[in-house]
Amino acid sequence: MDLEFDVVDLEEPAHPEEGDTAPDFTRPLVNDEYWEDVALSELTDDGPVALVFHPMDGAFPATYIWNELRDRDLDAHDVTVVGLSISSPYEHKTLIEERDLADRDIRFFSDPANGVAAEYGIVNDLDGMTGISEPRPATFVIDEERTVEYAWAADQWPDFPDYDEFEAAVERVSE
Amino acid sequence: MSDPAITLYRLQACPFCERVVRKLHEYDLQYRSRFVEPMHSDRDVVKRHSGVRTVPVIVDENTGVTMAESANIVEYLDATCGEHGVDAAAADATVAGEGS
Repeated sequence: MDLEFDVVDLEEPAHPEEGDTAPDFTRPLVNDEYWEDVALSELTDDGPVALVFHPMDGAFPATYIWNELRDRDLDAHDVTVVGLSISSPYEHKTLIEERDLADRDIRFFSDPANGVAAEYGIVNDLDGMTGISEPRPATFVIDEERTVEYAWAADQWPDFPDYDEFEAAVERVSE
Repeated sequence: MSDPAITLYRLQACPFCERVVRKLHEYDLQYRSRFVEPMHSDRDVVKRHSGVRTVPVIVDENTGVTMAESANIVEYLDATCGEHGVDAAAADATVAGEGS
């Protein structure tokens, strides 16, 4: 972003890096028709996973991020594309509808208690929304062994993924 | 996670669905929960399986049974698992073995 002032810096993230094993977790995974508990390891058993932590559904960064990833056809690669936010399954259904993702191979984990972000070292406590924390924007590409192949987490707030880097990492694992 | 043979299509807070859940717990049956939308018109996945858009619906891969209506489901579970107090795993195996 090109602003005339410094944006807010976040503390150094402590997320898993390339070569680390991505923490496994189980949360409701939402598609355009239903949701059910799914483990990350179930997804990686089927192939590489592109995992996108994003601000709560309805916040403009969530809208921008999913418009961009949709328009880049990230799900056309041989990877499983999943988002994760603190929004409820009902809100994810709305996001899928509003971002026009119903016919796409993109699903969303729901984690209102923000426990997955804690496991991944990317908790973002929201100023002015007492009691609410969410993941800071972060993108991971995780291979079949659940090894992290690519990791990025915001160190400013707000911040957006490096889409080119992320897409290149997705292309590498899906070759 | 293991892949349970029974899938339950359910609506959050639906008393008919909870009635089936209570029965599944009673027989200690493993099942997968798939939550659907409150709006009937948004429940195509249920319709594809069962022909109706009402929940609960169970799909039991052990027996090939797909069934709607909680009273029917409870009766079915009692019939397949409830006899003589047999343990649920044994009942499952029996049902699978019969291939009924």
